[in-house]
Amino acid sequence: MSVLEARGLSFEAGGRRLVAGASFRLAPGTLTMLIGPNGSGKSSLLRLALGLLPPSAGSATIDGAEVRSLSPAARARKVAYLPQTRPLAWPVPVRDVIALGRFAHGVAPGRLAADDARAVARAIAACRLAGLEDRAADTLSGGELARVHLARALAAEAPLLVADEPVAALDPLYQHEVAALFARAARAGHGVLTVMHDLALAARYADRLLWMKDGAIVADGTVEDTMTPARLADVFGVAARIDRSADGLALAVTGPA
Amino acid sequence: MTARTNIALGALLAGGIFLALLLGSVALAPGAVLGALALGGEAGDVLVVWQIRLPRALAAAMVGAALGMSGAALQGLLRNPLAEPGILGVSATAALFATFVLFFGLAGTGPLVLPLAAVAGALAATVLVGIAALRARSAVTLILVGIGLSSFSAALMALLMNLAPNPFTLADMINWTLGTVANRSFADLAHAAPFFVLGVAVLLASRRGLAALTLGEEAAEGIGLDLRRQRLAVILGAGLATGAAVSLAGAIGFVGIVAPHLVRPLVGHDPARLLVPSALLGALVLVLADIGVRLLPTDAELRLGVVAALVGAPVFAWIAARGGLSR
Repeated sequence: MSVLEARGLSFEAGGRRLVAGASFRLAPGTLTMLIGPNGSGKSSLLRLALGLLPPSAGSATIDGAEVRSLSPAARARKVAYLPQTRPLAWPVPVRDVIALGRFAHGVAPGRLAADDARAVARAIAACRLAGLEDRAADTLSGGELARVHLARALAAEAPLLVADEPVAALDPLYQHEVAALFARAARAGHGVLTVMHDLALAARYADRLLWMKDGAIVADGTVEDTMTPARLADVFGVAARIDRSADGLALAVTGPA
Repeated sequence: MTARTNIALGALLAGGIFLALLLGSVALAPGAVLGALALGGEAGDVLVVWQIRLPRALAAAMVGAALGMSGAALQGLLRNPLAEPGILGVSATAALFATFVLFFGLAGTGPLVLPLAAVAGALAATVLVGIAALRARSAVTLILVGIGLSSFSAALMALLMNLAPNPFTLADMINWTLGTVANRSFADLAHAAPFFVLGVAVLLASRRGLAALTLGEEAAEGIGLDLRRQRLAVILGAGLATGAAVSLAGAIGFVGIVAPHLVRPLVGHDPARLLVPSALLGALVLVLADIGVRLLPTDAELRLGVVAALVGAPVFAWIAARGGLSR
């Protein structure tokens, strides 16, 4: 199992500091959720951690190796990345989109070795996409397409999984299914990091929360330890009620702070 | 599915080339053509087949294949069904460089001068378009840059024509602008072939990355695509192949749009599997169009590029109107 480590990552664009000295460690077996208001630098931090953006300071390593020194394929075999969903350029069938998840293993759509075909089948089953394999991607609903992208990321079967708002377009049922899927992947030993906008979902499923504000990580810890009304007011500017019960912590946002 | 498409298109192309050997100002019987191909039969038939019709048909096929594959690859890279060597100004720039060489009488200094000039023009244009694509990130801007590049090349071409020292040079240049494979010899083919083969090889070697780009650039990088290398390979491959095509036939437009557009549904819209059938269909289209050009009873022979534009431009407008530019 692999470990992704970010140390003091900073990034500037157009004279503005988007990420300021962010450090975290993504360990196997934990579901970490990155939360923070719009424009707090969450997506940029993910890209920096994956080596897709050159940091202006700091470094990110996977199992001790600089991410920027890894070849794109070697990096992709360590960490699957699910960026915010964009429309596909061509109306390719669902099966081919998911097969692209095996790209770093040398796969091209239509040419899958037995191992790759099995990984694709497992991802299709996990995301409940059976029956949609031959549909053209442009005929899917937003939620279906989001699950196809998720299946694509899962098909990589990489030790680490990094996702940027994977549940943004989903119905409540699928939001919970996807969050549970991530939790299951973490139980199975993967290190999972995902940006999450839905705070209730984060409170319900995350093992660990990274709180981000103005490009900096302002808190890092378990839901129990870090989710407080004061921090919600500070980071998100909202007033919230937090109820602790036997099955965890329930969050109700009541209005602006 | 893809393999069957390729085999069918390959068979049709072989049939098309054979048809091109049969038909012409004097129709030959299939038996006579087969005999001439085996270097038997009447001397006149051997001459017609080997000196005139076969090189011409093969030139049309090579040009069509180069443009079809370049179009498909550029569309995959830029994720736009309207990207094509003609629309992006690559053909026009290659033709301009070639004309330049003709104008100053440099073409006589060596057999590779003309193809090299065309390839240099094509590469210069693909690099420019590639840079524009990176900066603009908008399909509309990209097409507009291509139109600007085309117009500028056309303007410089018009300038050269305006200054043409004699009617022969002018006629040469008009041929180059309109596009034709008339009177091509095996020597011409041999001089363009290395660039064609190299370009096609580069494109085929990098085609897997085109499938990755279906997801968009960020996700493509995420699944392990080396984006820089991919861009470079497509620009280099398309530039070499288009340059080779232009050095043989001048600027012939729209093949690179029409061919990929027609075969795309047959390969599940996969931009990687699109390359080979696009090349085969592009070749078939130009071989058939050239037969049409030779058979039409016009006083002056129609130029192949004119026919391609007459058919291709409405198709371009149709794809654009159906929202091809919106992506």
